[in-house]
Amino acid sequence: MKTTTAITRRTAIAGAAATLVAPAVVKAQGQTLKIGSLLPRSGFFAQAGQSMHRGVLAAPEMLKALGYNVEFVHIDTESNADVARTQAERAINDGCHILTGAFDSGQTLAIAQVTEQRQVPFVVNVAAAPQITEQGYKFLVRNFQTGGQLVTNGLRLIKDVMDAKSIQFEKAVFLHANDTFGTAQRNAMDAIWPRVGLPIQLVEKIAYDPRAQDLSVEVAKIRSINPDLVMCVTRASDAIKMVRDMVRQRFQPKAIISPGSPGFYDEEFYQALGPLADFVLFGLPWANPKSNMTQAFEKAFVKANPNNRFAVDSFNAGFAFEGMLIAADAFKRAGTTNGPQLMEAVRATNIPEHVMIGGPIIFDAKGQNPNIGSALVQNLKRVPTVVLPKDVALAEPVLPFPAWQGRS
Amino acid sequence: MDPPNGMLWSLYANVLVQGVLTGLVYGLMALGLSVIFGVVRVVNFAHGEFAVVGMYAAFVLFRSFGIDPFVSMLPIAAVFFVIGYGLQRTLINPFVSRPEHEQFILLVGLAIIMVNGTLMIFGPDARSANLSYSFDSWEIGAIIVDKVRVYAATAALAVAALLFAFFRFTATGVAIRACADNLVGAAVVGLDVKKLYALTFGLGLACVGAAGALMVTLTDATPMIAPAFTLLAFTIVIIGGMGSMTGAIVGGLLIGIAEAMASVLIAPSMKTMASFGLLVLVLALRPQGLLGRRA
Repeated sequence: MKTTTAITRRTAIAGAAATLVAPAVVKAQGQTLKIGSLLPRSGFFAQAGQSMHRGVLAAPEMLKALGYNVEFVHIDTESNADVARTQAERAINDGCHILTGAFDSGQTLAIAQVTEQRQVPFVVNVAAAPQITEQGYKFLVRNFQTGGQLVTNGLRLIKDVMDAKSIQFEKAVFLHANDTFGTAQRNAMDAIWPRVGLPIQLVEKIAYDPRAQDLSVEVAKIRSINPDLVMCVTRASDAIKMVRDMVRQRFQPKAIISPGSPGFYDEEFYQALGPLADFVLFGLPWANPKSNMTQAFEKAFVKANPNNRFAVDSFNAGFAFEGMLIAADAFKRAGTTNGPQLMEAVRATNIPEHVMIGGPIIFDAKGQNPNIGSALVQNLKRVPTVVLPKDVALAEPVLPFPAWQGRS
Repeated sequence: MDPPNGMLWSLYANVLVQGVLTGLVYGLMALGLSVIFGVVRVVNFAHGEFAVVGMYAAFVLFRSFGIDPFVSMLPIAAVFFVIGYGLQRTLINPFVSRPEHEQFILLVGLAIIMVNGTLMIFGPDARSANLSYSFDSWEIGAIIVDKVRVYAATAALAVAALLFAFFRFTATGVAIRACADNLVGAAVVGLDVKKLYALTFGLGLACVGAAGALMVTLTDATPMIAPAFTLLAFTIVIIGGMGSMTGAIVGGLLIGIAEAMASVLIAPSMKTMASFGLLVLVLALRPQGLLGRRA
């Protein structure tokens, strides 16, 4: 009996396919994850975008040391939602496997529409609008607090500092920018303030245009009310204007506290105001100064950005880095750059050791990390310093404020 | 919560004073735009960008050499004059007789280059001149007046007065006015129109350079503030009357006061709305502007 090995047409096709696929399999094993970092590096949010970008620049060395194989594509969204949308499309067309971004909620939502349609994972690093994780996006996770969480935690920290320093505020004014972020914070304040039961009378809420040349009128109005606590939601340049006009108009509150906003910890704030930048407080998610990874990241940051201070950039840079870390970690577990599979790995993230204050990085069913903590930070000798909670604090809070006059 | 009655009146008085002082600096900034349009008939869409470059120039001179912006405004104005003169002779002049949309594209292009240039050189952070008296103020009864705001307004008035005197009392100034009034007639009597146009553009930029130096004492320089300055200058000039120098100062004052009072009477976030409301009102009732001449 003669045995013959017949090569059927089906076997031939399978063999040919295997020959074609084999290099792809080999290639996948040594594949690099291409991360598109979308940030507003020019335009209205350029200052914050650049600060986050410095964190991205420090990420390669850190991630390499942690054994991740990643490549970065740096993209400027120009602080414009339409540009952000177009750039997200372009990044995906250019081969980015995952996107991170985008500091501003409006731009983040624009990018999310693209990533959802193209089934590419999107890790939100900073953006607080609640709707980002309320619209049922399947290809998005957010490693940042919502506006409501920011305000709730910020107000809780005000209560904590009042208890810690045995200080009482009687009247408060809430000053906020009337942009997307500021208005969202105002809405959160309206909803949350009555619930937190702070023993302070909130007498006025003042919205201002962040593009105004100065805040002299706003400060004149606050001065006429004479509150002992000013709560504010600002950006860097208007935080400068606010303090400058308070000093010029000789208005001296017991404290200025931001229940969750940028502005007071930017380098330009320190440069513009010098000693007058000291003692303002802000409750925000912040880099954990006592975490090993934060300390390692600080070294990488200083190496990548020798002209910038990590303490000042740690909020923006820390979240920018964590976005990269989440992406790289998911890729390592997924072993593929395929969008849906990579997204599955992103959703299953569990990173106990990381940079920012809080528990392990995980995501709930909506894609929100519920474990991000807040710290009360105070400018002391022009350095943003964690003063609460005590387990991560580096100094005692100073309250009430020393007078504007005579500071050096 | 409204403040008590006495506090309310002092609040209005404070805000009014601040509005007047800021308005005068606004007026100086718009003056340059008005002068250029009134004579050369070119709308400088890069006006705000030139103001921001003036701010950065004052900032650099202060930071590097400790020169007070109230002093450096003079050399800055001189340099801006030379730049304006050169720009008109080389880049702008060929466009003077071309359609307005071509002028628009040219100057918007120039504006974009300037914004991105300042962004590349200085970055996006706000830069300010921290003068030793930046935070000082005078207390006059219930009114608190910032020192720098008073100085800036006074300097703005002085520069405007100089410019008015130049146009009224010098032969060159009169010749420029002749060009503005009757271009053909001016050419017929032998005036060098191109040179006068260049001088005018130089003077316009000198004004905006000086205004920029003054602005850096009041607010911080950032590249992204430039389009807002351009828009502000346009609003002022349209309200005051395109080409009217007095109109620019009056328009600046009106905008300063309207924004300040709207902030306190309506809401601080509504102050821009007040200036545009005023603009719409003027356009509806007196399209040529308060002190402008009907075309």
